[in-house]
Amino acid sequence: MSTETAAPPMIKATAVNKYFGDLHVLKDIDFEVPRGQVVVVLGPSGSGKSTLCRAINRLEPINSGQIEVDGKPLPAEGKALAALRADVGMVFQQFNLFAHKTILENVTLGPTKVRRASAAEARTLAMELLERVGIANQAEKYPAQLSGGQQQRAAIARALAMKPKVMLFDEPTSALDPEMVQEVLDTMTSLADEGMTMLVVTHEMGFARRAAHRVIFMSDGEIVEDTNPNDFFTDPKSERAKDFLGKILTH
Amino acid sequence: MDVIIDNLPLYADGLLTTLQICAYGFVGSLVLGTILGAFRVSPVAPLRWVGTSWVNVFRNCPLTIVLFFCAFGLPEVGINGQYFWFGVTGLVLYTSAFVCEAVRSGINSVSAGQAEAARAVGLNFGQSLSYVIMPQAVRSVVPPLGSVIIAMIKNSAIVGAFGVGGDLFAVGQQLSSAQGKAALPVLTGVALGYLVITIPGGLLLGWLERKVAIAR
Repeated sequence: MSTETAAPPMIKATAVNKYFGDLHVLKDIDFEVPRGQVVVVLGPSGSGKSTLCRAINRLEPINSGQIEVDGKPLPAEGKALAALRADVGMVFQQFNLFAHKTILENVTLGPTKVRRASAAEARTLAMELLERVGIANQAEKYPAQLSGGQQQRAAIARALAMKPKVMLFDEPTSALDPEMVQEVLDTMTSLADEGMTMLVVTHEMGFARRAAHRVIFMSDGEIVEDTNPNDFFTDPKSERAKDFLGKILTH
Repeated sequence: MDVIIDNLPLYADGLLTTLQICAYGFVGSLVLGTILGAFRVSPVAPLRWVGTSWVNVFRNCPLTIVLFFCAFGLPEVGINGQYFWFGVTGLVLYTSAFVCEAVRSGINSVSAGQAEAARAVGLNFGQSLSYVIMPQAVRSVVPPLGSVIIAMIKNSAIVGAFGVGGDLFAVGQQLSSAQGKAALPVLTGVALGYLVITIPGGLLLGWLERKVAIAR
């Protein structure tokens, strides 16, 4: 399709390197996320997948290389960076809902302060989104009064309220009790079905198989495989991926 | 103790002047200290540098020296005014350094994830600070801030010694030195005057502490 060639990829990383002191956590990373694609990043702990996710909205500054979001290089600190972050939704492992605000206020803060929406507009949008993630009846409660799964769904609603171009998920289900994982994954799956561009760092193999268009496998700070889910799970090419899948899928 | 009762209006005036010094000192050092605290956690390096230098200079200099600079140094560079304002200025410069550190410790008590979430939503530094971080920092700032403010009220006695005149400390000096009254009852009256400010102040802070703790 001609529109796809004309529009830049939603995320493009070129020769990205990142160090924590002497530790080389991202090694010459190159990848793209085209519009509308759901990309799942898999890999063992410490492989750099969370760092990669956090580098895309510059919560982790990189040491060299370039990251572009929607064709524009990531700005340095300041107004331009804040504007970019407003367009990039992020969901954290620990939810990070604003602890002193109600669920509704969590969702309306960004739209009113960053998008300059009126209180009424922001509230209508927030209630729509909370309805959609199934926690509209919790709107007036504080985050600490909700279960982990509800908090994470609220965090997804908070991110969606900014009408982002792309959503980043940094291990969204890793801090959840097992019985709450599914409700969050269901919310993410419906988002994927609606065509949202998503980069998801996760350990949920089921979600990767079901919802991902592409799987990126990272190990020791490198992208080792970048393929479709079916090939990755049934016919991994690298020893490291085989080893990883062996450990995960046997139990 | 007759000397206290006989001079009650004088003591009352002294209390009022001390209260004025403290009120200006409180507002000034709270505003300045909060701004400096924001500087110290700012992403802009020169601002952090200003905040750090400020704390290092004013927290580590004796208040008496800071007051000397204000009372005698400022007129030398052409800034003239009443000793009252020089005194308040010195007190604010000095106290703001301590307020800054209390505010900074409060900011650091808020989990890093809160600031990350605020930035990820697109809030700029000032918005993150005022809508997300500061409201949560308040509850851990109140106790250390209380100590700083009570210390400031007591430090106002040194401002009085610089000839502001009419404050509680000056009343004591006037009665015992100029009028030759016995020091013990005179100073007891002065001490009581400070307690009249600091003890209710402490109770107020305790109430505030409980209030911000529940508001969560």
